[in-house]
Amino acid sequence: MTTVKKAFKKMEYEEALESERETLEWISAHKGQFGHFIGGKFTNPKNLFKTINPYNKKEIAKISQGTLTDIKNSVKAARSGLEKWQLLSPFQRSKYIYAIARYIQKESRTISVLESIENGKPIRESRDIDIPLAARHFYYHAGWAQLLAEEFENYSPVGICGQIIPWNFPLLMLAWKVAPAIAAGNSVILKPAEQTSLTALYFAEICKRIKLPAGVVNVVTGDGITGAHLVNQKEISKIAFTGSTEVGKEIKKNTAGSGKKLTLELGGKSPFIIFDDADLDSAVEGIVDAIWFNQGQVCCAGSRLLLQETICTKVEKKILSRMNKLRFGNPLDKSIDMGPLVSLEQLNKVKKLVEDGVEGGVDINQCDMPPNLKGFFYPPTLIKNVSPSMQIFQKEIFGPVLSSTTFRTPEEAVALANNSRYGLSASIWSENINLALDISPKLKVGVVWINSTNVFDAAVGFGGYRESGYGREGGKEGMYEYLEMNSDTYNIKKETRVFKENISRSKQSVNRIDQTRKMFISGSQKRGDSGHSIEILDKNKEEIATVGRGNRKDIRNAVEAANKQMNWTVISSHARAQIMFYIAENLSQRRDYFISLLHSTAFCHNPIQEFDTALKRLFSFASWADKFDGAVHQAPIRANTIALNEPVGVIGVICPNIAPLASFITLIAASLCQGNRLVVIPSENFPLPAVDMYQIFETSDVPAAAINIVSGKHDELVNTLSEHNSVDGIWNFGNPKHGPDIDRASVSNLKQIWSINGNNVDWINYHASFNRLLLRKSSQVKNIWIPYGE
Amino acid sequence: MMPLDRNYIKSETDKDIVKNSGIPFQLDLIKDARVNKSAVEKRCVTVTNRRTVKKHNQAAWLLKAITCMDLTTLSGDDTERRVIRLCNKAKTPLRHDLLKSLGIEDIDLKVGGVCVYHQFIRTALDALQGSTIPVVAVSTGFPAGHTPKKTKILEIKEALRNGAQEIDIVISRRHVLSGNWKKLYDEISEYKEASGVACLKTILATGELGTLKNVIRASLVCMMAGANFIKTSTGKESINATLPVTLVMSRAIREYFELTEFEVGYKPAGGISSSKDCLSHMMLLKEELGSRWLNPSLFRVGASSLLSDIERQIEHFSTGKYSSFNRHGIA
Repeated sequence: MTTVKKAFKKMEYEEALESERETLEWISAHKGQFGHFIGGKFTNPKNLFKTINPYNKKEIAKISQGTLTDIKNSVKAARSGLEKWQLLSPFQRSKYIYAIARYIQKESRTISVLESIENGKPIRESRDIDIPLAARHFYYHAGWAQLLAEEFENYSPVGICGQIIPWNFPLLMLAWKVAPAIAAGNSVILKPAEQTSLTALYFAEICKRIKLPAGVVNVVTGDGITGAHLVNQKEISKIAFTGSTEVGKEIKKNTAGSGKKLTLELGGKSPFIIFDDADLDSAVEGIVDAIWFNQGQVCCAGSRLLLQETICTKVEKKILSRMNKLRFGNPLDKSIDMGPLVSLEQLNKVKKLVEDGVEGGVDINQCDMPPNLKGFFYPPTLIKNVSPSMQIFQKEIFGPVLSSTTFRTPEEAVALANNSRYGLSASIWSENINLALDISPKLKVGVVWINSTNVFDAAVGFGGYRESGYGREGGKEGMYEYLEMNSDTYNIKKETRVFKENISRSKQSVNRIDQTRKMFISGSQKRGDSGHSIEILDKNKEEIATVGRGNRKDIRNAVEAANKQMNWTVISSHARAQIMFYIAENLSQRRDYFISLLHSTAFCHNPIQEFDTALKRLFSFASWADKFDGAVHQAPIRANTIALNEPVGVIGVICPNIAPLASFITLIAASLCQGNRLVVIPSENFPLPAVDMYQIFETSDVPAAAINIVSGKHDELVNTLSEHNSVDGIWNFGNPKHGPDIDRASVSNLKQIWSINGNNVDWINYHASFNRLLLRKSSQVKNIWIPYGE
Repeated sequence: MMPLDRNYIKSETDKDIVKNSGIPFQLDLIKDARVNKSAVEKRCVTVTNRRTVKKHNQAAWLLKAITCMDLTTLSGDDTERRVIRLCNKAKTPLRHDLLKSLGIEDIDLKVGGVCVYHQFIRTALDALQGSTIPVVAVSTGFPAGHTPKKTKILEIKEALRNGAQEIDIVISRRHVLSGNWKKLYDEISEYKEASGVACLKTILATGELGTLKNVIRASLVCMMAGANFIKTSTGKESINATLPVTLVMSRAIREYFELTEFEVGYKPAGGISSSKDCLSHMMLLKEELGSRWLNPSLFRVGASSLLSDIERQIEHFSTGKYSSFNRHGIA
């Protein structure tokens, strides 16, 4: 029988391979060996290790293991690159980035093949998804480079950026990192994953071909050791890392107190929620895209399937029949759905996680794989009857393994979805827009896809809540990660930094009845747990009052209260604004008292001015409560993508001594107005303005536990607050010496840390743009993708 | 002259088909149907990107497309001579030298059917004599369907009496658009009764139904009422067979199959004029319903100009050179 006739009878697909000729030509032009790309030149290949094709286990090329010397050289190069780069105008920088985008497009086939042979991902994914998106990121950021001056006034580039990317989307992750960094005017040192370095090196060559100034982009290859060298370089101002939560935490620890800006895009165990009114067939295709796309090696893979009980059996049946239509094979085959995992190591990891994770009662279903596959393949897996208490439901697997469980009501779906350390993304399937939009804000994740999944665009920020990391990549929010507000917009001018003697020299004798200042927890004044108090001295070093000396348990109680009582977060922004205006109103009635109080401390420079500033700040942030709007992004698909500014959650605010009323009011007003609940540690040396606000809070209709205040010695409180796993963020405006400890203590739940030496801030006269920064820090962006069409 | 009561000719694989005899009307089935347009479109893009057939495999798929083709002429200027020419093309859809070079002279390559207006049933029967190609008649006031019910029924019966083996009827779009699902069900049921054992294809005119949700609902109603095929379009609407419609209708077929075990065929018609388009629809069908659906008893593609493009593609495969239209006989 002729081949045509056989095929006519069978009506099957057959292997249709993309040509790898041009790609192999490129590799052999380099004699199969690659050095680093430092200062616009490739170094001589040295300390070589192999990079392997995970499909046929053959060597593709040899690349260099970066040493400390290589890293140091790259820092030098990046320093000189930074200078050259910053001398250029935004327009000139924009043109370079535009040229990069064009070249990625022009060379897209060669790059796609390179990506697929090294990573194992199907050519259709690299060709139709990864590489076009990478080009899109450079186009989009060429735009930001052009608009930099007008859109980011008072901001400057952070400097040299160290960027460490994973192997799952090699060039795309490079684009996510490099494009915003250089658009913002920084230079970068990129370390690709050791399994997949070739497209980064190809990219380096593009940089060379477009004559990007030497040193703006540097690529140093190597494994985690090279990465660790990079992280430890003092001259590097920013580390951007995408990878495992484990390594992310390690980086956080290592950079503690270094002042390095950090973006961490880490793991996930994202929920995929199907309600009974969903288009079930489409939802099943969504599952394919969620967990079998890129062999499940996706940080935002929808790996936890939550099914409404009523449709559970039906959907699981559909999934099983769909699974058996998946095709496996050579990544260069244009008709396959899945290739091998990236490496033997990864394959073994997935196997072990599945073996260890499954417990009695679960039902494991795996595809039959073609017998002739040699590479690191793992079969698509559906594990049914999983309970949330099982490891398989909690641990990130980073492979094609889906665990399913059921829920009864929307509330239960939310509870199950949020029952995770992670918070990267979620997918919601329902034809009921009311339901979908009700659920979206309740999920503790950075990205929500309604009736879709794994959709990305440069215009839409991506990044997670909780232990999925912090910072966003893409969108305007992503640009801020590579910029820093000029400190002269908020700091006291150097020459005036030496405090002048308090204007008023008159010794105010406050005619006092002895006052007991307690803690303020859950809306009422509570005696501290320790039963100790601290003397507070006035500017003449005389005792003016005592305040409670808070301890671990007071912090615990305050955090517990803040977590339990969500009222402040749930009420409307209009209601929040009203309450904050009311606080100002009530504070203004005590003007004389507070001014006289401020007169008594050397930390206040001008009591009247400070008091009026505090009132003004309350008004400002009360005004902002219903005006710090999100955005609707223009992604190139038929969807509204809504960027919501959501509160961080529970923020621990550590206050400085300086301007004890204005700094306290500014910090709490800014964070309160976005709906955060607070645990505040007021100024250590002069907490009286803060603790004397209790009565005002009590009479201003502030919901219980919106604001909790624990006074005391910062040394004794800061650590407990920073390591508390129910605190979502820390604003550290206190003594900078606590910075490193706070950074380290925050690692266990990766809470967001924002540290500024509050004693240097000009709380009275800072530039209005600092308000914006405060608002941005008091919120996190959740992007909700809402495709539409009937 | 052919005998008037010639039975519906079963195709090679037809004996295995579990033919649809319809089920009682179920409103729930219609009301529960959900379609998410964006997700459907995404799936269509994904399938056509993730699947491909090349070289000999592509040639084989295109040959299969020929066997599933309802070669069609439905124009006001149709004449008997024109229909005869079409029938002759139906019998020899591909040049002999190409059959030979592909090594498939013995598979008796012919189209799935010839689709004509009532007026030309006899002409077509005569012209197709000696072949097993069925004559397909469009009926029930094709294309708009705004003729009296009485004459519609009569039209079906007359077509069968004249020797048509397959009847392509048009549904009353107004029943869909006004949500009269039961009326639609009753209408098709009557057609089903009138058409007896003949293959009944119901044309939904999806381009006039407004939404994909209406497409899935109308598909389900037609199948409940006993349709053997559900067909997208008359070819006269401004939008004809699109991939999203193919996806939605094939999912409806699967849903109905899972419920009843009846196998209903699918016929996209109109708008498919290139080999590439045709292959996309076939791949989508294979993905959603399986290879079983890629044969003339469960798949037809209604087309008039598609064949010319397929011929060129097959010549290209056979010779390695790009072909031109004038090298292949027209209908």
